[in-house]
Amino acid sequence: MKHFLYCFAAIAFISCTAIGQQQPVAFVNARIIPIVGQPIENGTIVIQNGKIVAIGPNVQPPAGALINNLSGKTIMPGLVDTHSHIGGGSGADASSPIQPDVRILDGINARSSSIQRAQAGGITTANVMPGSGHLDSGQTLYLKLRDNAVKIDDLLIFGKDGSYAGGIKFANGTNSIRAGGGAFPGTRAKSAALVRAQFIKAQEYRDKVSKAAGDASKLPPRDLAMEALVEVLDRKKVVHFHTHRHDDILTALRLQKEFGFRIVLQHVSEAWKVADEIAAAKAPSSIIFIDSPGGKLETTDIKFENGVALERAGALVGFHTDDSITDSRWFLRSAGLAIRAGMSRDKALYALTMANAIMLDLQDRVGSLEVGKDADIIVLSGDPVSVYTQVLETWVEGKRVFDRSDPKDRLTATGGFGAGNDPGDHINCFDGDLGGGN
Amino acid sequence: MTISSSKINITFFTLGLMILVLAFSLSASAQIAVKGETVWTMAGEPISNGVILVNNGKIEAVGPASQVNIPAGYRVINAKVVTPGLIDAHTVIGLNGYLNQPHDQMALDGGASIQPELRAIDAYNAEEKLVEWVRGFGVTTIHTGHQPSALISGQTMVAKTTGKNVDEATVIPTAMIAVTLGNAANAGAGRSPGSRAKQAAMLRAELIKALENSKKKEPATDLKSAILDRVIKREIPLLITAEAAVDIMTALRIAKEFNIRVVLDGASDGHMLINEIKASGFPVIVHPTMARPGGDRENLSMENAAKLKAAGIPVALQSGYEGYVPKTRVVLFEAAMAAANGMSRRDALATITIDAARILGIDGRVGSIAVGKDADLAMYDGDPFEFITHCIGTMINGKMVSEVIR
Repeated sequence: MKHFLYCFAAIAFISCTAIGQQQPVAFVNARIIPIVGQPIENGTIVIQNGKIVAIGPNVQPPAGALINNLSGKTIMPGLVDTHSHIGGGSGADASSPIQPDVRILDGINARSSSIQRAQAGGITTANVMPGSGHLDSGQTLYLKLRDNAVKIDDLLIFGKDGSYAGGIKFANGTNSIRAGGGAFPGTRAKSAALVRAQFIKAQEYRDKVSKAAGDASKLPPRDLAMEALVEVLDRKKVVHFHTHRHDDILTALRLQKEFGFRIVLQHVSEAWKVADEIAAAKAPSSIIFIDSPGGKLETTDIKFENGVALERAGALVGFHTDDSITDSRWFLRSAGLAIRAGMSRDKALYALTMANAIMLDLQDRVGSLEVGKDADIIVLSGDPVSVYTQVLETWVEGKRVFDRSDPKDRLTATGGFGAGNDPGDHINCFDGDLGGGN
Repeated sequence: MTISSSKINITFFTLGLMILVLAFSLSASAQIAVKGETVWTMAGEPISNGVILVNNGKIEAVGPASQVNIPAGYRVINAKVVTPGLIDAHTVIGLNGYLNQPHDQMALDGGASIQPELRAIDAYNAEEKLVEWVRGFGVTTIHTGHQPSALISGQTMVAKTTGKNVDEATVIPTAMIAVTLGNAANAGAGRSPGSRAKQAAMLRAELIKALENSKKKEPATDLKSAILDRVIKREIPLLITAEAAVDIMTALRIAKEFNIRVVLDGASDGHMLINEIKASGFPVIVHPTMARPGGDRENLSMENAAKLKAAGIPVALQSGYEGYVPKTRVVLFEAAMAAANGMSRRDALATITIDAARILGIDGRVGSIAVGKDADLAMYDGDPFEFITHCIGTMINGKMVSEVIR
């Protein structure tokens, strides 16, 4: 019956789109955790045309709205993952350690089942990055995990100027060091020197472009790598800086200070040792929770306490999955482990949502439940930090992309026979044969 | 004056030392009462407001506070929830260390594909950091050994997560022989085995040799034959890691051919072969609930343990083996996720206590809170499965081995 209702809504959407307004959907009687503002008991959220149009304890659903009664359930903003490898994308190759010209845009599978698993975990926005085996492995992408994507364009987030959102990935420490690795660095100091040299080159390139003042005869030859680094220098692209050890963290901050780029520290395994320095630099940290220390020399001192240490220092802290290092389906667990180690409940939930939206420059669109923001919503069976809580529904821009009551979506959530294969496109409310090889 | 002052100092020093010794012997000694708002004995229903008396390393009494009086002189420890010390039914910690560097990865010798003579006790580092790490979450007993990355990688052992050395830790020096079927068992580099069928042929050939040796009047004394003779005589089981359905079926086929004991390990596709596994009578040490899907674990389901258990198959959970991170999983979290995916809390707790103990053959000593058993306890400030709950104490053999809040 529930399926029927949503099918009906889908038909209504289509027919209403023709006249420009979609049928509103009202989520009623839920406990709402809006992240910005206090939790609302028995609250209502109304969404229309992909946006939140009303939220509060005493909101009356508009006439004609589809009512989604969520008594006993909890609603949160869709989760934002600041560091993920879903989509099986690749970045730089083995030819050199710094490749700002390479875009993960050109090497990602929009139909990957890993994207569906992220939807099942309540993730609606993700920063999908190339790896850390380079000082700079290329440009990252901020994606909206919309349903039925057939190509990467279907997942992009476009700004007002028509450009798509994304950052750039840098790394220091051992991953990008290769003993006897030719162009690759063999030490930490060499790593820093190589990065500095490239940014100095980019400054010179920018100066030439600036002096040319649009005169084509005076412009330097186009250089994709330099163009990308100029965007970094101009603070248009955020550097997502993979770094673990306390000294490497400080090196990343030193480079940031020298060149003035915007930075998000990624992993930050020894953040608890330099939390005050991170806070003083006003650098946001995106951290991960791993079940045990070690696995490599740089992460022997990783602690669940990173979250509380950064919170107490006054730094902005968010969480990430690094999928498949940790599976997107249990991203909520990060908050539980952070609270276990002393982080406040409010900041732990903020670190799954709004903090990450800020790090991705998407705070006007996602990360909290507020009027005017994207209708990215998750419906939970209970308390978000309880192990027993399940993600029941995930909505992106007003469309439901995951529904645990749908057998196919449930299979994605739990795993099982067939879950490991890319299931291809399917429509939540329709389990029959769509034709065309679906 | 000087002399007398020095005498006084010595006297105070001696007195201080005596007090210290006394305090130490009290804390390390044997008489402790653990009070729990909920006590999961795993030998019956949970007890509300329970008391466990510990004396001389063993459980002396357990029951509701109304029935168990705490004798004078017992140290009293309070906890919201008390469970038996947790058992990790399959891990590689102690052999593989947390640094993940060649010098501390000792759970696999890549020199040959069949090495059942490799003993876990010769590689177990009782003071390895990961042993301390899991102990802090309440894990008191581990089944550890050679990793599932070769056809026969070596032996496994059962240890308590305490002791300064292997002798102090060991419960069973040779528990099982670690066998792997599937992609992980291929030797690579053009060496055999390089296919599933070759793996089966090589394993069968080894067991045929062992069977023939066992019939001889003078049993073979080489290390390999001696240990496989114990398998043929059903003294120890093969721990067969088989994730894909095809590998599980091969394990069952070979077990039947040689009438040997088998403990199935991993068994990602177990939920697709419930009737076959049940008919074999073999227990299953199921993969970590949060193991990564893919490869031979393509059909991995977080509901696997729940489905096998519901069919009446003996099931334990494990932290398993990871080549990278997390260098060890925490079996408590794996059971928690099983409890969130179709298993009752009691059954999920059983997979890391009494049911694990039975599969490992140590339920006479550990796995439940019962009079006469080892005093191995885990204490929590809430539901042990919730991520926001802390383990506040771990006791092994009647001694508090961890009081960190973790």
